[in-house]
Amino acid sequence: MTTTSHTLALEEVRLALGGRTLVEIDTLIGPGEVLTVMGPSGAGKSTLLAMIAGFLDPAFEARGQVWLRGRDITALPAEARGVGLLFQDPLLFPHLSVAGNLRFGMSRHMKDKNARIEQALHDVGLAGFGPRDPTTLSGGQQARVALIRLLLSEPAAVLLDEPFSRLDRQLRHEMRQLVFDRLRHAGLPSLLVTHDHEDAEDAGGPLVTLA
Amino acid sequence: MSRYRPAHLATALVCVFLGLASATSLAAGPVPDDWQAVREQARGQTVYWNAWAGDTRTNGYIAWVAEQMAETHGVEVVHVKLDDTSTAVSRVIAEKAADNLDDGSIDLIWLNGENFAAMREHDLLYGPFAETLPNFALTRPANNPEMVTDFTLPTEGFESPWGKAQITFYYDSDELRGDSQEVKSPPDSIEALLDWSRANPGRFSYPRIPDFTGSTFLKQALIALVDDRQPLYAPVEESDFAKVTAPLWDYLDALHPHLWRGGRQFPDSGPALRSLMGAGELSLAFTFYPSEPAAAVADFELPASTRSYVLDDGTLGNVHFVAIPFNSPHKAGALVLADFLLSPVAQAHKQDLAVWGDRTVLDVAHLDDATRRLFTVDANNAAMLAPEALSRTLPEPHPSWMTALQEAWQSRYVAR
Amino acid sequence: MWLRLTPFVIVAVLVGPILAGVAMVLLPAFGYLPTLGGETFSLAPWRELLAQPGLARSVGISLASGLLTTAVSLVVVLLFLAAAADTRLDHWLRRAVSPLLALPHAAAAFGLAFLIAPSGLLARLFSPWMTGWERPPDLLIVQDSWGLSLMAGLIIKELPFLLLMSLAALPQLDAPRRVALARSLGYRPTIAWLKGVAPALYPLIRLPIYAVIAFATSVVDVAMILGPTLPPTLAVSILEWFHDPDLGKRFLASAGAVLQLGVTLAALLIWWWLECLARRLGRRWVVNGQRRGGERWLRLTGRSFLITTTLTAGLGLGGLALYSVAGFWRFPEALPTTLTLGHWQSALPALSSPVTTSLIIAASATLLAMLLTLAALENEQRHGRRAGKNGAATAPNRRVTAMTLLYLPLIVPQIAFLFGLVVLLESLEIRARLALVIFAHLLFVLPYVFLSMAESYRRFDPRWTRLALTLGHSPNGAFWRVRLPMLLAPLLTAAAVGMAVSIGQYLPTQLLGAGRISTVTTEAVSLASGGNRRVTGVWALVQATLPLLGFIIAMGLPRLLWSNRRGMQGAQ
Repeated sequence: MTTTSHTLALEEVRLALGGRTLVEIDTLIGPGEVLTVMGPSGAGKSTLLAMIAGFLDPAFEARGQVWLRGRDITALPAEARGVGLLFQDPLLFPHLSVAGNLRFGMSRHMKDKNARIEQALHDVGLAGFGPRDPTTLSGGQQARVALIRLLLSEPAAVLLDEPFSRLDRQLRHEMRQLVFDRLRHAGLPSLLVTHDHEDAEDAGGPLVTLA
Repeated sequence: MSRYRPAHLATALVCVFLGLASATSLAAGPVPDDWQAVREQARGQTVYWNAWAGDTRTNGYIAWVAEQMAETHGVEVVHVKLDDTSTAVSRVIAEKAADNLDDGSIDLIWLNGENFAAMREHDLLYGPFAETLPNFALTRPANNPEMVTDFTLPTEGFESPWGKAQITFYYDSDELRGDSQEVKSPPDSIEALLDWSRANPGRFSYPRIPDFTGSTFLKQALIALVDDRQPLYAPVEESDFAKVTAPLWDYLDALHPHLWRGGRQFPDSGPALRSLMGAGELSLAFTFYPSEPAAAVADFELPASTRSYVLDDGTLGNVHFVAIPFNSPHKAGALVLADFLLSPVAQAHKQDLAVWGDRTVLDVAHLDDATRRLFTVDANNAAMLAPEALSRTLPEPHPSWMTALQEAWQSRYVAR
Repeated sequence: MWLRLTPFVIVAVLVGPILAGVAMVLLPAFGYLPTLGGETFSLAPWRELLAQPGLARSVGISLASGLLTTAVSLVVVLLFLAAAADTRLDHWLRRAVSPLLALPHAAAAFGLAFLIAPSGLLARLFSPWMTGWERPPDLLIVQDSWGLSLMAGLIIKELPFLLLMSLAALPQLDAPRRVALARSLGYRPTIAWLKGVAPALYPLIRLPIYAVIAFATSVVDVAMILGPTLPPTLAVSILEWFHDPDLGKRFLASAGAVLQLGVTLAALLIWWWLECLARRLGRRWVVNGQRRGGERWLRLTGRSFLITTTLTAGLGLGGLALYSVAGFWRFPEALPTTLTLGHWQSALPALSSPVTTSLIIAASATLLAMLLTLAALENEQRHGRRAGKNGAATAPNRRVTAMTLLYLPLIVPQIAFLFGLVVLLESLEIRARLALVIFAHLLFVLPYVFLSMAESYRRFDPRWTRLALTLGHSPNGAFWRVRLPMLLAPLLTAAAVGMAVSIGQYLPTQLLGAGRISTVTTEAVSLASGGNRRVTGVWALVQATLPLLGFIIAMGLPRLLWSNRRGMQGAQ
């Protein structure tokens, strides 16, 4: 299998628990592409995400390799993989301000942090929200902050763990547009885990269904 | 935990488990014979003095002693405050068990009676030293045998006298004024105490055995009730305990139903008696320290109408002492401290009611005039006992009686 | 790497000294202590022990007070939680209860004694206008032979402890949803909670409950102040034997200490057996379909009991304060005739040194305990813990065993091993007094710190850490920048608990410090032996104030630091 830059490759990945195979997948996600993984509860979607991100519980048996930007990241610790995560909840650190949350994800060596933070907030319609207490933001605002925090951390690939399931219908659609737009724009390979067919449709990429 | 050396640890453990701790080693650390040399050696030492600390006045006095010692002798005195003297005894035992023969943590203990007997029996004390103290002669031991006798046991120089105690009864003279405004007199003998208790149920008690003060009450009653006191001054094994003590049990059986809480509960200690007096739960109590009622009045614990007295036939009295554990690392300092405690200045200060009020062990009558004047007792304090009253002192029985009485009392009155 | 060693360090620190101490008590219990002439093994100490008058009753009271106090405290806590609603009273109660945790046992016991004694504050308040008492009635209330006042004194302290432990464990049970579900099936709220939440809560607070049982069966200071006297409880008897001037009694005392260990274990076994029984009976009750019976009664009991407890403790403290400034105070006057600052003035010069020492010891022991606890918990997060579905944790058995050992110092009675430990340390020639006292305090501080910290730590949403890692932070970075600040409030509370435990220690300070280390508690206890209620009042208040300050800081600091972070205000 060939691995190019800005490509997330899952090479003969097989996850099992107690001898029972949960997931078998062999695929390649190109830059800006969103692969959607669907399947019923317990099918191993979360386990797959955990394996790629580096949080797999040792109880699971994992085989295969994960390649990112031409590097085998299978054995790397989570913080060295360059894989960003977007959860169901925005998970903004309550002890930090909005800007603090954004700065938290930025590399120490990045220049002009403040300017970039202001710009990023401005781009999602949250200009001037930097000093705010994240708890005082609305659900949609928090979701947007979480997204730009992810992007500012400059990951090489992104995992989306049902990120829209907690939003109401109206907001859900808006957020999908925003998120997929941004990911495509940044040219990041992404993997989306969801229950919702609309998510898959909006993502527009290939679809894998786990049994 | 990281500082021990493995080889040493092994040896120590073997010693402890196999009981190889050397049996007796009295004089650890050289103490010179010549007093001047002792004083010089003491200079700069820190003496850890373990003393019961349940009384703020005693603590205050000890703090004063520490100041004096630092100023005049260059010895630092640290008061290690105890809630019970036996804690210090335990410590010396633990140290001896661990084969610590010359670096003990205690340099001086305030003790007498049972604690002294126990420490002597197990060779836990340094001595003899008392005769080497220059001020010891002021007690005139030849004429005052109680200075060298502790509960009938000869002290043999292993402890040095410090102060005197005697059973003293006290009552609230206002309380005892009945409805008819006529003053009911407090009981003046052990027998009268029973009648008084019948007439005033629930107004008297004594501390729960094995408390020291409570046990002393038993001895006081026993002495008053027996026909022949002689056996009490020999070891208990030499007499028929049941026969000798029969009158005591008859007496207590009769007394208990009329005591505080009907004799189903007893106060914890001598000080607890005082506290119950202050709370109005008791009308009559007693103490080992003749100055305690007056001191308590000054401290707002007892009403100003408090009065003290001793029984007509006299009451038990004893001397309390200081002793030096065998493994004290600062014996010279401890000796200088023990000597200072016997000095007229320290003894007079201790007797001052405003300070502590503990009676002196010096033979005041034989001091020179100027020194004697230091000991003048304030006769104006109504709560204070007149000094003459304390001449009626009964000597303590042999310590084995105390233990035997305690055990008999407990099997008789505990968990009936 | 060193992180992985922490569990072993903890076990070595806790278990080693205790086992060694117990060994050094077992030897004399069987007649072996050469220093006192015990050269051979024998059963003589046991024969002497069994011949002690009232031994059966001592043991009985120890057992009963351990089991009854725990049972009453647990029932009240469950009833209160079952009936708790979002009312102001309930919020106030929850808040009022945590300072009670800071109150040292001895101070609480003195407060209660001064309150309920026949010449105490309560009798004075109602005399003579209501009771007609001109003199204190001759009633056996404090130190009653059934140990009722002892149990009351213990409940004042154990109730808040169990309540706080339950409050800490509750959030992981999602109680509101369970109750809502049961209510939708027609259950009254209180019954819904008792049937739907309580059975799940119990396993989470089992260890604290065992600690309470062990403590209540072997407590010394409270039993000395409030417990029966003819005979006293076993633990007090043992202390008296250890303190007996007749050194031969040390053998008896050692045998007693071993018996105490047995009594505590027996109490735990009985409780465990009752647990099984209750589980069987309870299972039937849970599913018997009964939905509303006795709800009001249940509701009232829990709340009124808790209010009474809180008020009693408060009044007791008030009584202490009153005595500390009292001049002469004749019965039945409700207030002292004269007030004086004399008791405080004479105590003040003596205060600074013990206060400083107390703070140094408490701070060092707590700091060490916090470091060990954090290291152990962090290690557990990183290595020892499996995340199941949705991040729910399943505990591997290894953790359970290691952490059960942590409770050893709470379950082995202090008297059973401290004396032996002193002999052992002496033989190792370890005489760094202050360090030894700090170490001894650590034995008791560590379990409590762990107990109060573990739940919030384990419950901490693992996604926060994962998020930090995916944002490029190392595990250490995630620990310092996310976990620690977000858990600040529970960490400070744990520290306050640790300080309170350390400040209240008497026996370990006295024995391992060779009496030379003087803390507010050793001062308070030795002065209390003088029976002066006014002086006792002063020192008990000082003793109570220090830990209280700790709790105030623990509660106030996060509010101050996070004053503009709403998400950090509530309970985590």
